[in-house]
Amino acid sequence: MIFFLSFVIFLIGLYCVVIKKNLLKIVMGIVIMEYAVNFFLVSLGYRKDGVAPIVTEGVKEAKFVDPLPQAMVLTAIVISIATLAFIVAMCIRIYQRYHTFDVTEIRKLKG
Amino acid sequence: MNIIPLFIGIPLGAAFVLVLLGKAKEVVSDVLINVVTLLLAIFSLVLIVFLKDNGVFVYTMGRWFPPKGINLVVDGLSLLMLVVINWIAFFVTLYSVSYMKRFTAKARFYSLFCLMIAGMNGVVLTGDFFNLFVFLEIASIASYALVAFGVEAEELEAAFKYMVMSSIASVLVLFSIGLLYGLTGSLNMADIGSIIQGKKNLLLSFSLVLFLAGFGLKAAIIPFHAWLPDAHPSAPAPISAMLSGVLIKALGIYTITRIFFNVYGMTIQLTWVFMILGIISMVGGGILALQQKDFKRLLAYSSISQIGYIMLGLGCGNYWGMLGALFHLFNHATFKALLFLNSGAVEYSTGTRKLEEMGGLSKVMPVTGATSTIGSLSISGIPPFNGFWSKLFIIIGLVQAGRFTLAILTVLVSVLTLAYYLKVQRFAFFGTLKKKWTEVKEVPSIMCVSMIILAVICIGAGIFFYPLMKVILEPAVVVLQEGTKYSSLILGG
Repeated sequence: MIFFLSFVIFLIGLYCVVIKKNLLKIVMGIVIMEYAVNFFLVSLGYRKDGVAPIVTEGVKEAKFVDPLPQAMVLTAIVISIATLAFIVAMCIRIYQRYHTFDVTEIRKLKG
Repeated sequence: MNIIPLFIGIPLGAAFVLVLLGKAKEVVSDVLINVVTLLLAIFSLVLIVFLKDNGVFVYTMGRWFPPKGINLVVDGLSLLMLVVINWIAFFVTLYSVSYMKRFTAKARFYSLFCLMIAGMNGVVLTGDFFNLFVFLEIASIASYALVAFGVEAEELEAAFKYMVMSSIASVLVLFSIGLLYGLTGSLNMADIGSIIQGKKNLLLSFSLVLFLAGFGLKAAIIPFHAWLPDAHPSAPAPISAMLSGVLIKALGIYTITRIFFNVYGMTIQLTWVFMILGIISMVGGGILALQQKDFKRLLAYSSISQIGYIMLGLGCGNYWGMLGALFHLFNHATFKALLFLNSGAVEYSTGTRKLEEMGGLSKVMPVTGATSTIGSLSISGIPPFNGFWSKLFIIIGLVQAGRFTLAILTVLVSVLTLAYYLKVQRFAFFGTLKKKWTEVKEVPSIMCVSMIILAVICIGAGIFFYPLMKVILEPAVVVLQEGTKYSSLILGG
């Protein structure tokens, strides 16, 4: 169920990228897609009644949540932050050149 | 063998040093980058000698053994890619020394370039899915910045388009990696390969589709190609050469072959998918290229067409088809890099990329003219240049697979390729010299050197294709033929 939800969020992001005309809204669409995937990864590692995976001496094997997806999500978030910073900087530069955020007016390239 | 991590470590380290050198004299960073890329190129040749006895080499990072830890794997296919990436990178940096004088912040350019090489080397070396994603992003982000390097209106627009498409591709890949992790509980390619072998599962097929879409976007196969004709021409010429010659292959074709042949295992349906995508790209790219009036844009469309050849050859699924595909990958890297460097040289001297405005340039720019003729003849598949042999092998593969119509179509597209490259030659280099270009001079000698070496490789790989085939192509084909045996090779050794 929760996986289905993350897929729905993913599709919302994709819709946003494909349909919207404003550069910043397209960027937001990408971010929503990235968050959907991060959400999916975190929920993969979830175990019902799981505890943080810290091995304590004397305590018998408890039910741990899977730590690997959490580490992956951290990395993915860092990467997406870098991409986001760069893409927003590029939006600013585009605005300086074209004086608009509308993608239909930003078309010097064609063919 | 401990030089394997150096393929990633050296360029990463150099990238940081180069940023610090921003204020120092230009010569320092020029020398440093060329030493770095030459070193990597030589290392890739050293690896050939070492790999001859072993067949496959696995390096475990930090002594964490797979499937838990991350491993770097060098086998025939990775080695072929390493040789292509690092040698082309060396010629491109040699060329950049003069070409990039027009831009400010040369050191930063080199720094981004190093990051891109580190990312690509990482992608072809790693044996771990998440690690693959990280290196994919390193290479991609560096390439976005390099496409936008001129910060003019067109470049920014192209870079934005490229970035949006490529980000979607990365997200799709990450989604698929997550799915695979959920299904198998592992991230190691070899481990996943051994777990999913012979299993049929709807989610598994879904992850496969996501991989195809994600890496297809990176490789610019035709339904996913929209960003390439904007991004590749807009970048500075050395970067266009690097993007078209190497990046789409390392991030697109290599990853597709590695995942589909070695992890999932090829099936009849998949070979059909490869063939259909290949045909569409090959024909579509060719027809679109024919109409172009911009030199670099024509080359970009031609890249799509040639990627189609590679996919088609891989889709044959027999020895000759795969050999042809990998040989074409190698060849395309050399002659497309050469042609993009030629277009850069023309732009450097005349300041235009419009084919109609040029004319008779080989009279004033003899080296550029001659090398571009060699490049054009190679890419159109004229014997004895290297493009002829790879296209011939692909056609033999298609005939062996019983696809005669496709074989004929391949020959026809090859004629189409010849047609649009003749157009380039006719408009730009032959004919009468226009009056305004009489003052034009040949480009600086260091740019000429790198173009001449690439042209010599085009001829050399055509004449001595047999030793080349035995030394670096055959081990790569063996990797593809072994298919899912990959996992037992890696985990066993």
